[in-house]
Amino acid sequence: MTATVETGRTGGMSPSGTGAGPQERRRRTTELILIVLAVAIAMAAYAMVHIARDGALPASLPRYAGGLLLLALVAHVAIRRFAPYADPVILPAVVLLNGLGLVLIHRLDLGAADNAIARGNPIPSPDAPLQLTWTAVGVALFVLVLLVIRDHRLLQRLTFIIGTIGILFLLLPLLPGLGQEINGSRLWIQAAGLTFQPGEIAKLALIIFFAGYLVVHRDALALAGKRFAGLDLPRARDLGPILLAWVASLGVLVFQRDLGSSLLFFGVFVVLLYVATERASWLLYGFVLFFGGAYFAYTQFGHVQNRVELWLNPFPADPEQISESLYGLAAGGILGTGLTEGYPERVPFASTDFIVATLGEELGLTGLMAVLVLYAVIVERGLRTALLVRDGFGKLLATGLSVALALQLFVVVGGVTDLIPLTGLTTPFLSYGGSSLIANWILVALLLRVSHAARRPAPPVAPAGPEEMTQVVRL
Amino acid sequence: MNKPLRRVALACLLLFGILLLNANVQQFVLAEERRSDPKNRRVLLDEYSRERGPILVGTQQIAFSTKTDDELEYLREYAAGPIYAPITGYYSFIFGAEGIERSEREVLAGTDDRLFVRQIADLLTGEDQGGGSVLLTLNPAAQQAAWDGLQGQKGAVVALNPQTGAILAMASTPSYDPAALATHDGDLLQTNWDLLNADPEKPLLNRALRETYPPGSTFKIITAAAALESGNYDPDEPDIPAPDVLDLPLTDAVLPNQGGASCSSDEQITLRDALRISCNTAFGQLGMDLGAEALLAQAERFGFNSTFEVPMTSAESVFPTGINEPQTAQSAIGQFDVRATPLQMAMMIGAIANEGVVMAPYLVQEVRAPDLKPIDTAQPEELSEAVSPDVAAALVSMLVTVVDEGTGENAQIDGISVGGKTGTAQTSPDRPPYAWFVSFAPADNPTVAVAVLIEEANVAPDDISGGRLAAPIAKAVMEAVIGR
Repeated sequence: MTATVETGRTGGMSPSGTGAGPQERRRRTTELILIVLAVAIAMAAYAMVHIARDGALPASLPRYAGGLLLLALVAHVAIRRFAPYADPVILPAVVLLNGLGLVLIHRLDLGAADNAIARGNPIPSPDAPLQLTWTAVGVALFVLVLLVIRDHRLLQRLTFIIGTIGILFLLLPLLPGLGQEINGSRLWIQAAGLTFQPGEIAKLALIIFFAGYLVVHRDALALAGKRFAGLDLPRARDLGPILLAWVASLGVLVFQRDLGSSLLFFGVFVVLLYVATERASWLLYGFVLFFGGAYFAYTQFGHVQNRVELWLNPFPADPEQISESLYGLAAGGILGTGLTEGYPERVPFASTDFIVATLGEELGLTGLMAVLVLYAVIVERGLRTALLVRDGFGKLLATGLSVALALQLFVVVGGVTDLIPLTGLTTPFLSYGGSSLIANWILVALLLRVSHAARRPAPPVAPAGPEEMTQVVRL
Repeated sequence: MNKPLRRVALACLLLFGILLLNANVQQFVLAEERRSDPKNRRVLLDEYSRERGPILVGTQQIAFSTKTDDELEYLREYAAGPIYAPITGYYSFIFGAEGIERSEREVLAGTDDRLFVRQIADLLTGEDQGGGSVLLTLNPAAQQAAWDGLQGQKGAVVALNPQTGAILAMASTPSYDPAALATHDGDLLQTNWDLLNADPEKPLLNRALRETYPPGSTFKIITAAAALESGNYDPDEPDIPAPDVLDLPLTDAVLPNQGGASCSSDEQITLRDALRISCNTAFGQLGMDLGAEALLAQAERFGFNSTFEVPMTSAESVFPTGINEPQTAQSAIGQFDVRATPLQMAMMIGAIANEGVVMAPYLVQEVRAPDLKPIDTAQPEELSEAVSPDVAAALVSMLVTVVDEGTGENAQIDGISVGGKTGTAQTSPDRPPYAWFVSFAPADNPTVAVAVLIEEANVAPDDISGGRLAAPIAKAVMEAVIGR
């Protein structure tokens, strides 16, 4: 998917009206071809699952292939209509990831069904059809975001409203009667028979809030206090926001037992603070606060200690989740066991937190690396958008969305592969789960919205009179 | 804001780089170690998900896999289980594998490197051909004869082709049914395992390969070989002192003959007669005259003090080092600390039948791909020259005399010249003696060499002797190979 190279065609760099026309820099046809390729790859994998297992193509193939292609095309058309200058590579990468996720979840469904039959248990209801439904909801919201938010700066005006929504969503699971505790974490709300993780939406809202807040206060925060040992010490009252974010993150950890989200919120905030103020010292304070908080959590919470112990010694006498994950990765080796040829269902939560273990086992190191590169492409494209976009809010928003994706991926893949202690986050687009899928489709919509603004040619400069020889330089 | 942004972009790339690096470590660098972790059930499930190749004797599958409908897809089954159990071993999903099931695990499971091309083909076609098969060198008639002969007794038989080292029979009693350990029923498996391990008769022990016994008078062949190799003795020269009772230097003890008998009226005897009547005093004296070093060297040329991979690893037969004169006298008649596996004694007698050359013993004749195409065929391998061809010929002639007109008469086969030697090793008054017989046939062109050991039998201790208990079994096995 990384084959397209954009040759120096960066928004705002070349004067409009000369050389490449606006039609050409949209690159929507490239996007369309890549989308078709992405759907083809995912559906080839879907077919392989059944060819390997039953020796025949599944009857459900047209439904899944048609469904995924249709959804991808809807998203594509929405971009053509509402954000024609948006980055052409991000959507195909997302479609491929979403499609591969569907395949892996479907494959785990089959494994669970086989196991249930072997043990004489009732067959559990499959997850893949639900995931396809959630994809449809995600794409619908993707279109809606592009349709409604025609300019990302609209969000800047709503900074505090969105911030309030974010905090409310974050607190929702703690409400008695509404909140649900699942697997020891209180991250869920239940309403109308559906469970939902409001934290995923809160993540987006808080990123918008951080961006809106920091773009206003960046000058104040960047003002140096005293210098000490080569570091700018902030004024005491400017420490407020970072301390607040820190306390809120710890709150998430303590009350919701969600290590991953806590780390994610705080990490994104510190990075945005750094980008907004251009002061590296904030990173240092962030690190100190992070490790302080981590140490505090380690000393106070059994489940945190447990995670750290399993990280250092992933092979206790009785194999654990992480041991099975690592055995699976080892079984996969370089080329993988092949779809349906491994035992990914041995890893608890294979379709959610540990989907990367399934990927690594059956598609091997090759498949895992390809997927990691896909994510890297999305993240770097997002950060490039941040570089190109002209307004500060857009810069911070694109940075926050991209960094959130990168951090989340680092935390979850690092956890599954025993690089860092396991924290329990979903893998964006791959993992089973409606909340995560919907939130990440919205995230991409926001990113593409900013990208459209970044790559859109600047409005033509008023024609200069022939007597005027001053050259207009655009930056 | 672009300067910090560029740094953030670099940092994100770095994070992805670390993830990629770590994925390589987990899936490539550490993969082998993880796959061999005994707690890793995946390897086992994977093995059980493919049809494991059969173990063959001739055209008969003595171990094969059948499809089940439980989590472990294939069940291992055994034809004539107890007869072949010492060779096939077992294949258990909790207790691992033993015997050929263990030694040839990779071939049978289809993961052997020699099956690589096939694995690639499987990868491309998506089909799984299952494991390769292993054809054994065993002769089913000889194996059956050995098994039948050992019934009701505790003991072992090894027969091999002296010219190649191919093992034709390897039996051990009491035995067990490997199916009891191949069951997929975890509770039943545990019960069977506990029972077999608690059994004082040690049915899981392969006595032919993994246990050593005092070889007794069969060791006199090695002492005779050392004497002839020294060049100072002639088989038919009556120059060996054979007192009725041999005084052992340094001690008050004496070395008597079996039953206190006299070997010769004039206390001088030929080597041939000494071997024929198995004269203890003559071989005790001969051992002291030759010296411990010469005996040790001769024993080691026959394979003592080393192990063999057949491909299961044998126990090491022992000839002691640093022994004094009386210990040397005792060792020369296969007593004191001399110990040998039945396999070792078969190799020894086989070497004499094979003009003095010890052949490496082996059980696997051919390894076959799942489509039965041979991918590896056994090549006979010389281990050492134990004695010169002349000495071997002299020993053959002497051993034929033992069977024709000596203690080995029970092994005579009509119309075929047989060479052999008895052994009856008394170790302590508390337990019955070990009865041995080693032999080969036909003497002019030997195609089979046998060692038979009886550890315990249901007869009065006085009736136990190599000639009476072990020789008939050796005879039956030789007849089975020759086709009588």
